[in-house]
Amino acid sequence: MKPTNTQDPEYYHKVVDCQYACPAHTPVPEYIRLIAAEKYTEAYMVNWESNVFPGILGRTCDRPCEPACRRVRVEEEPVAICRLKRVAADNKGDVRQHMPQGPFPSNGKRIALIGGGPASLTVARDLAPLGYEIHLFDEQIAGGGMMRSQIPSFRLPEKVLNEEVNYILDLGIHTQFLTYVDSLKEIIAKDYDAVFVGTGAPRGRDLPNLPGRKEADAFVHIGIEWLASVAFEHTQSISKKVIVLGGGNTAMDCCRTSRRLGGKEVKVVVRSPFSDMKASPWEKEDAIHEDIQIFDNHVPLSFEVKNGKLIGMMFQKVKAVYDAKGKRQLLPTGEPDAFIEADEVLIAIGQENTFPWIERNLGLDFDQWGMPVVDRTTFQSTHPKVFFGGDAAFGPENVITAVAHGHQAAVSMHLYCEGKDLKKRPSPYTNLISQKMGIHEWSYDSPVTIDQRFVVPQARKSITLKDRKKEVELGFDVPTAFKEAQRCLNCDVQTVFTENRCIECDACMDVCPTSCITFTTNAEEPELREKLLVPALNTQQDLLVSAELKTGRVMVKDEDVCLHCGLCAERCPTSAWDMQKYFYSVTKAHSL
Amino acid sequence: MSYIKPLFRHPKLPKNKIGYTLKEYEGSLSTLCAGCGHDSISAAIVQACFEMSVEPHHVAKISGIGCSSKTPTYFLGNSHGFNSVHGRMPSIATGASMANKDMVYFGVSGDGDTASIGMGQFVHVIRRNLNMVYIVMNNGCYGLTKGQDSATADQGSKSKAGSINPFQAIDLASLAIELGASFVAQSFSGDKQQLVPLIKAAMHHKGFAFLNVISPCVTFNNNPGSTKSYDYVRQHMQTVSTLDFVPESKQITASYDPGKSTRVALHDGSLIQLNKLATDWNPENRISVVNALQEARIRNEILTGLLYVNTEWKDLHGTLNTADKPLNTYSEKELCPGAKKLEEINRAYR
Repeated sequence: MKPTNTQDPEYYHKVVDCQYACPAHTPVPEYIRLIAAEKYTEAYMVNWESNVFPGILGRTCDRPCEPACRRVRVEEEPVAICRLKRVAADNKGDVRQHMPQGPFPSNGKRIALIGGGPASLTVARDLAPLGYEIHLFDEQIAGGGMMRSQIPSFRLPEKVLNEEVNYILDLGIHTQFLTYVDSLKEIIAKDYDAVFVGTGAPRGRDLPNLPGRKEADAFVHIGIEWLASVAFEHTQSISKKVIVLGGGNTAMDCCRTSRRLGGKEVKVVVRSPFSDMKASPWEKEDAIHEDIQIFDNHVPLSFEVKNGKLIGMMFQKVKAVYDAKGKRQLLPTGEPDAFIEADEVLIAIGQENTFPWIERNLGLDFDQWGMPVVDRTTFQSTHPKVFFGGDAAFGPENVITAVAHGHQAAVSMHLYCEGKDLKKRPSPYTNLISQKMGIHEWSYDSPVTIDQRFVVPQARKSITLKDRKKEVELGFDVPTAFKEAQRCLNCDVQTVFTENRCIECDACMDVCPTSCITFTTNAEEPELREKLLVPALNTQQDLLVSAELKTGRVMVKDEDVCLHCGLCAERCPTSAWDMQKYFYSVTKAHSL
Repeated sequence: MSYIKPLFRHPKLPKNKIGYTLKEYEGSLSTLCAGCGHDSISAAIVQACFEMSVEPHHVAKISGIGCSSKTPTYFLGNSHGFNSVHGRMPSIATGASMANKDMVYFGVSGDGDTASIGMGQFVHVIRRNLNMVYIVMNNGCYGLTKGQDSATADQGSKSKAGSINPFQAIDLASLAIELGASFVAQSFSGDKQQLVPLIKAAMHHKGFAFLNVISPCVTFNNNPGSTKSYDYVRQHMQTVSTLDFVPESKQITASYDPGKSTRVALHDGSLIQLNKLATDWNPENRISVVNALQEARIRNEILTGLLYVNTEWKDLHGTLNTADKPLNTYSEKELCPGAKKLEEINRAYR
């Protein structure tokens, strides 16, 4: 193999699994160390710079970082990254003084943001300090988009939401709430320099052709619409017996909200097997904890109506069969159809995009599925002035993805307004700096704890089920947060190898607790992977290969289960190994 | 400073025949200087014991005083250990071996502990052909007392401070062959490929197995001009043979050129397969080995590999015709046969 090019900013970035997996590439280990040091304000700001909504995401993020965590491969459970983020938000001091301070000198350009959700708000935050006059349109009464209308208060208190939305709106954003934009043409005609569409995926899927759907209409609600109507306090109650159709996070929010509005027997009925449900495992656990029954492998057949009232639904029982390619088919088991009683039904089987307000003659192309044609890198549509982001761009994802889109769209919009090439993306900000403090001392906590993941305490069910606004999770207390933070392996502290210092004493190879380092003769990658002390079978993880050393061998390090404990560097007599902290940050529009 | 080794190991760490991973053979974290050759030798011992699937509690490691003699703490943490008096490791090993002949004995010593203060004990343990593995971690200096030249420092070798050693070196391998050691090998701490099979073969040899391992002292004897530095040893190493240790249970599948290879059968049925790299050398002929060593010295070469092996000579237990079983397996009944038996024995002398 050729020597690894560690000058490529993505090489060390990839070693930091959590950060690499995060769509916004939040520097996770960096803020976890700050939390351990009780520097909550600083930890919050590291987050805010990167993901804009630390308090919100610390409660509601889909956590793509956690399954990626190296700790999963070393023991079992990842570091509770998401809930540590919340610790920073809960315990922070005055963060406003660290944020950009308006009013900002105008650059004479105007931008329209359509939709007030996470993607639009991110664009607003990134562009406002540059002097853009930003107009934000949203049909709701306040900003936040689906974070306000779809995420129930018992998961995300309104106070937290308002605080973080207002940090952005207070940058001098011109908001036009309760304003439904019904024509993109009109907006473009207002001569904005650029327009951003962050309208989400606002239409909940229905089952229009299921027998009885029309007759039962008064008792059947679309999940996300119903959640919004609860959030805006139009709906105050629900009947005793509720069926929630669907197995995603919206279904979990629907059933748990039902329990708080009077639902006694709340049942989630889903087509797929339990393990295939789209909802995050912790959301399913929380639902079950609140006495919600989940019926899997049930396909809805009909709504049953008697005397003008819904009495329940019929379901066909199925089983999942997977073909050789892993493609799933749901086949009937042959058992008799099941009847489940219900007074009301919530349909939470997915949501989709809809753009009835965008005229099709603006030069803005749509594909065969009715989705706008949007560039994956620049987020520009085929109308050069119009940019998309969040769920509106490529279909439903999650908040952190919307934020990542927002950052990139903001960069594009700024480049566009400056008349520059959108394809020339700014390189990330990187910094690699030695952590050596003394002969065997590092500026990070190098010892590896064996603590198992700590559980976030919850408020008692008897209290939370009575009040839909009472937050269920209490968050880590400070001592537990410290212990959980110490579980982080500091994967951003890189093992940096300098060939010409190595005397090949093998000390690093001998001391490495997880047998990551091997000195051997070079070979092509597949052969080299087999030749290591412990074969490197996880091909998702890279090998760090040195140039040829004096004896003709090369140093090969398998990044897979490196504990970043620094022992290789401590046992190295010539400092050929050094522990260097790698800081990687996606370049935002405001620092262009 | 890290004195704790993390407890996590590679989740796919291989297991040996008795179900242990390398972890069960490790000791605590070394406190020797970073890059010390001794740590590599410790790692080679760990690797050899793991590969041989020995039960850790069937091994005893005995040492004297010095940097090298500290190392038993850093390998085989689940085995028996004895840190004895300076230069007196052979006495303790002899006593232990007499009491329990079933154990594997690792004697770990350094150039000071063997070639200076312990020379008297060293020569006598060879003469007795005690069944043990005697490893000298040879760095040519007194590392624990700031690096003065030791008795194995080569004449003309330059110390870190710049002084030239005026004295002749004691060549431990030649000396061991001269005194009748039945297994003599020389190796280098930086060459585990060679060292691990040598240790495995030494463990299986019944009799005194001597390993002189050049082990650079990174702190005091790794300077230009030193003949025990990493660079010098790598440049002047001359391997007499590559060695494969073939345990008893394994079938020999590889074929070798008979002119260039030799097989040595050990007492327990295992084999040493030697592929000769040097000519005019026969590992079972003392005279040719002594010649090869002398010639190498003239050429400023360090001969490495298995130099000499003799499987004919009896070990100390054989010579003394000791009891078949370890002493701790005898009960009071056998050890104290009673007054009647004593009377019988006494009568035999009248």
